[in-house]
Formats: sequence, structure tokens, C-alpha cells
Amino acid sequence: MDWLYVHMPIAGVDIFWPGLIILGIGVGIIGGFFGMGGAWMVTPGLNILGFPMAFAIGTDIAHMAGKSLIATMRHGKFGNVDYRLGLIMLIGTVVGFEVGAQMVMWLERLGNVDLVVRYLYLILLAAIALLVFTDVAKKRRKEQEAKKAGVEDDKLATGIEWHKTLHKIKIPPMINFKEAGIYCSAWLPIFISFLTGWLAGILGIGGGLIRMPALIYLVGCPTHVAVGTDLFEVMISGLYGAATYTFKGRTELVAAIIMLVGASIGAQVGTVATKYIKGYGIRIAFGCAVIGCALSIILKLLAKGMPKYQAIFDNTSTALILGLVSAMSLYIFFQMIKGAKKEIADRKAK
Amino acid sequence: MLINKLKLLCGLIGMIAALWPGFLLAAGEKAAAIVIVADTRGLTGLMKWWGSLYNESHAWFSALTVVLIPIIGVLFGVVADLIMSHMGIDLKSRELAEH
Repeated sequence: MDWLYVHMPIAGVDIFWPGLIILGIGVGIIGGFFGMGGAWMVTPGLNILGFPMAFAIGTDIAHMAGKSLIATMRHGKFGNVDYRLGLIMLIGTVVGFEVGAQMVMWLERLGNVDLVVRYLYLILLAAIALLVFTDVAKKRRKEQEAKKAGVEDDKLATGIEWHKTLHKIKIPPMINFKEAGIYCSAWLPIFISFLTGWLAGILGIGGGLIRMPALIYLVGCPTHVAVGTDLFEVMISGLYGAATYTFKGRTELVAAIIMLVGASIGAQVGTVATKYIKGYGIRIAFGCAVIGCALSIILKLLAKGMPKYQAIFDNTSTALILGLVSAMSLYIFFQMIKGAKKEIADRKAK
Repeated sequence: MLINKLKLLCGLIGMIAALWPGFLLAAGEKAAAIVIVADTRGLTGLMKWWGSLYNESHAWFSALTVVLIPIIGVLFGVVADLIMSHMGIDLKSRELAEH
């Protein structure tokens, strides 16, 4: 069965290549659907396949850049990417990320920040999950009230509407974001992206998990546009990350290319699935992914707190993440197939 | 028209001025790098060349990786596009709706 293994020229290990393709498909589907890089899902997967930790992050980022490019291209054709908003937000993201990363280095000199960072991440994830499900509940309440009153609800109406208050801040320059359908001060996306970038820098994550809800709830993007625009940012930051990690000698391009084979299919499936699932369907699934991510961090914290059971908690955490990736990607895949079948049948009927 | 452009320019200058401290903060000291060397003794052909490039110049290795990743991404994306279009899926339009 040697043919099932490929030698990695830089890391010097033999890797089970079908595993890389399957992992690529799974994270490609989820990434294209939610608009995030998904490093928290890929790194444990690469570790299981026997990838040295030193190369896991760099390789993940390199494949993420390619995968996000494919998904951004597709979302762009659907009209889900607001390039102007994405470019403006990039300024805040880059500056915020660097400030956050420098802050962590400064805090590290003062003491061990690892635990604090994990708790902060956990609090943030809990807040995001709470926000998403409060929004869903509020939206349902509004729908029921509209039904009782005999009024038809607007297709783009949402539960939580914080963005409407934020759009009242009229500090020049005011900018019209056509695809997102937003007219607001340029400072709003810059400030929000600075904040999300800063948090991502402190937590040491890509930031898609924070930026996606921020784009929806604070900037006021429709869900589909938030997903596409976030992917555009992930693509650029992924390329930058790939360059820096590769320059430090931490990327295994051969593995990244094999993962891209699967991710190119997965990203297309995930992106096309957004066509058949309404905004609130994406939001609910995203909330579930956030809960899964939070649970895996709780298990990692338990592993640190109880060294005797470390192996059990670490393995459960990895199993949880991979189980979540499999379940969600299968759900999205079947929804896409269902939608595509209906679309093809409808077209034939016409 | 000119006033609007001037307003936009002033706003952008203000924005850069406000963000400048962030750039300065970002220029702090970096963590020490660990040198990893690829073992190319058992490799042949393209793999050997790739491993040697890694050992000889990380700059060229990075430049090639950054160029290759988008090219491969676009190639795979186009192939997946062709397959999906062939299946009869409309890949150019969607309905924007939250519920």
C-alpha cells in the first residue's frame, strides 16, 4: 500500500495522501459556505495524518489561500463579494492584527499568556454563539408578529439591527458599498476590522470566525455578501500568511497542492450551496460551528488542567473537531445536491 | 464636485494619520527563527530540485510558493467550474434572501 503515501520533500515524512484530499474537501466545503479559513479545523487533521506541527500551520495557510481564491471567484460571480468593502477592511485588519500580535509578545514577556488567550477565545466564541441564536430567536418573533398583523416581511429583514444605529454615524468620507447595499462612513468598517484584526492577532487565529458575524451584525452586510467579502479578505491574508510562513521555511507546498485538489471541489460545493440556503440557514449552521469550536477549546483547557487525563481530552477534542467537519460538510453537500437537483428539474420543466 | 473630492482626500489623510501609530506599533521586535534543513539525499527529480531550492534560498522558495498557490487555485477552480456547469447548475445568479 506504499502508493497511498507520498513523501514530503521538506518535512521529510510520508503522508497518507487520500487523507489530505478528504480533509481538503471537508474544510473547502465549510470554508466556502461560511466564509472562513478554518485553521482550527485543519491543524488537528494534519496532526493526525502525521504532519509535524512546525509545518502544519504554514501548510494550512498556503492551502487556505488557494481555497479562498477559488471560493472568492465563485462568490464574486454570484455578486456576493463587495471588493471595495473588503479592501477598506483590509487596512484595519492588517494594522489591528499586527498590534494584537505585538501585544501578545509584550504580554508573553510579562508572563504566560497562553491560558488567558484560551479563556478570552472561549468568552468570545460564547458571545458570538449567543449573538447568533438571539438574532435567530428575535427574527422568528418578528416573523410571527408580522404574520399575525397580516404583513409580509422584507426578504432582507433581520432580527438584530445594530448596524442601523452604527450607520447613523456620518463621519466623512461616506462611502456607498454597492454589493452590500450599505451607505456608511468609511471609518465604520475600518474601526470594526481593526477590532476584529486586533482580536485575531491576540488569539493567534485567521479571524474569519470573528469577521463574518462582525460584517453581518455591525457593518450590516446581508449574510451571503458577508460570506463572500470575508473570503476575499481570507484570500489576501492567506497569501500574505503563506509568504511569511514559507519565508520562515514552514510550508510544505506538496501537501498544500494535494489538499487543494480536494479543497477546489469542496470550496465550489460550499459556495454553490449558499445559493440554495437562505441567510438564516447559514447563520444557524455558523452558530453550531462556533459551539463546536468552543467545545473543542474547553476540552483543550481540561487537558491542561488535568494532566492525568490529557490524552483522553486531547483525543476527544480532535475527534469532536473532525466529527464536526464531517457532519457539517455532509449536511452542506446534501443540501447543495438537493438544491441543484431541484434547479435542474425546474429548468427542464420550463 | 471638486469640494467632494477635497473632502474625500481630507478624510483619507485623516484616516492615514489616525492609523499611523498602529503601523509604528507593528514594527516591534520579532521572535527568533529556527533553521530547518530539508533532507534531499533520498529524493529525485522535481522533488530533489524543490528540496534543494528550500535549502538554498527561502526567498525564491517563498516567491515560487506564493505564485504557484493562486495559479493552481485558479486552475482547479476553473476545472470544478466546468464540471458544475456541465451538470447544468447556474453559476452566475442567485437570489439574495435572509429567510
